[in-house]
Amino acid sequence: MNRDAFETRLFAVLRWVVIVVLALVTLFPFYYMVLLSVRPVENLLADPGRLWVGLSEWTGRTYQEVLGSPEAGGQGMLDLLTNSALVSLGTVVLTLLISIPGAYAVSRLRFAGRTQIHFLFLAVYMFPAIVLAVPLFVLFTKLGLRDSLPGLMIVYIAQTLPVSIYMLRTYLSSVPVSIEEAALIDGCSRWQVMWRVTMPLAVPAIMANALYVFMVAWNEFLFALLFLAEDRSNWTVSLGLAQLAGGIEVPKTVLMAGSVVLTVPIVILFYAAERMLTEGLTSGADKG
Amino acid sequence: MSAATLRQRENRAGLALISPTLLVVLAVVVLPVVWTLILAFQRIRLINIRDTGLFERYTLSNFVIVFDSPGFWSSLGTTLAYAIGGTVLSIIIGLVAALALRKPFRGRGFLRGAMLLPYVAPVVAVAFVWEVMLSPQYGVLNEWGVRLLGWDRPVAFLTQREATLSILGLEISVPVALLTVIVFEGWRYFPFAFLFILARLQAIPGDLEEAARVDGATPTQRFRHIVLPQLASVIALLAMLRFVMNFNKFDDVFLLTGGGAGTDVASVRVYNFLTARFDVGAASAQALVLAAVLIVFLVGYLRFFAPKPAEQT
Repeated sequence: MNRDAFETRLFAVLRWVVIVVLALVTLFPFYYMVLLSVRPVENLLADPGRLWVGLSEWTGRTYQEVLGSPEAGGQGMLDLLTNSALVSLGTVVLTLLISIPGAYAVSRLRFAGRTQIHFLFLAVYMFPAIVLAVPLFVLFTKLGLRDSLPGLMIVYIAQTLPVSIYMLRTYLSSVPVSIEEAALIDGCSRWQVMWRVTMPLAVPAIMANALYVFMVAWNEFLFALLFLAEDRSNWTVSLGLAQLAGGIEVPKTVLMAGSVVLTVPIVILFYAAERMLTEGLTSGADKG
Repeated sequence: MSAATLRQRENRAGLALISPTLLVVLAVVVLPVVWTLILAFQRIRLINIRDTGLFERYTLSNFVIVFDSPGFWSSLGTTLAYAIGGTVLSIIIGLVAALALRKPFRGRGFLRGAMLLPYVAPVVAVAFVWEVMLSPQYGVLNEWGVRLLGWDRPVAFLTQREATLSILGLEISVPVALLTVIVFEGWRYFPFAFLFILARLQAIPGDLEEAARVDGATPTQRFRHIVLPQLASVIALLAMLRFVMNFNKFDDVFLLTGGGAGTDVASVRVYNFLTARFDVGAASAQALVLAAVLIVFLVGYLRFFAPKPAEQT
């Protein structure tokens, strides 16, 4: 067997080994999360190595405990879900309201400083959140915005704007300008052209964008921790779960149930929009 | 109507449409950065921030506090090891994954989606699963390690600073917790590298490789001389992006180890100055040091590995 045939056969086998290992490594933690969330904690402690759960031991008590209101002995995660949803949806709407005109301007209009603005966005995207955390913490304390959900939203909007504009701009540059020019000649104003002509064509990109922003806001932890930690009624799910883990002794199975509750909305949204999202995010990558 | 030309009107419309974005960026990013520069040179604590202004006395004592605080220098080393280790690992796994999933097979679409899960799932949730999996008391990894791999005793992956491994009679000291968070970093961010590399792979024209195959190049030679050069620019970009992100990463380390057991990265120190010591000035100074080190590394990187300037629109 010559080298070529040997290598070809070797990689044909290795490829499948890699595929199987990768599938295991990425999916196992999620499987394990769900598995523990329905196992009674006594069974976990008695037999930690078991990788399945028999129908007889299956329990929903963990979910009751994590979602139930504090009065009923639960951890009140349902209220926190509402907080997370409010912050995330609010961030999505406001970010889009700001980034759609911005992306339109960057992709269609020649204005002073247009070429330099990309550097600003890149700088904002790369800028360490931890460096911003200190002054924003002080500033928002001074303004009395710190312990509030709107305060958190403002930070999230600033963090998602650059990528949002970048994604929309990439999409818009693939929409032909000629339609807009026709509308302009027919007497539409810039504003009308943008909302009536261009935006309806960009709906897929806007949806993908909305999902991206939602995920960032839903998953964010650092600013939620810094801003909201003092007032329990404002906690997001991420923060609530972290506080739950750090606080009094809570069974790990309950913690896993909370993690499932936190993860499921993201997974559903992600699969609903996977194709749009991955294409939107990497569409610049194949230009070399 | 005044004699504004079409060009002038376009300019005005453009500025009007971009101004909300600029306003937000100015208020939430640019001004705070400038303010950090000021805060770092003032002795401000959390208790008195409400009545301190821009004209507080300027001093260098915050930097003295930061440089003198125990473990400052080792923390810089830890941050670097963590950032570089996480970057390299995530890119290698991402590259291998992209190569394995390059050609279609049954279930590729599903697997491609599944492999993005570590990246899109909430960090709090995945950090807790890892914590439970790695636990010495009830963690599945230790259970199976002891039962099947014959480990002497469970390994405290997240709380043990160092362990000595003896390989072929050599005693090697291994930073257990730091390696664990680096592996977590590789696991969580390889999908990012995978996505970008796969997109680039699929844009490589097939005839180049086909020609090389006909000329008798083996698979490794084709990878080394045809595929890899095509991926160089995207890998360089990924390396930079991931390095910057990992260097400042807070959530992952904070949630996994709380910065203990030799995983004391700089961002966790900033957080501790702010929330445990209520020392705004020192926190700002530590953040500035972090940013300065990052900038030094970026400039160095760009000088040596700068991808050829690819101008876009």
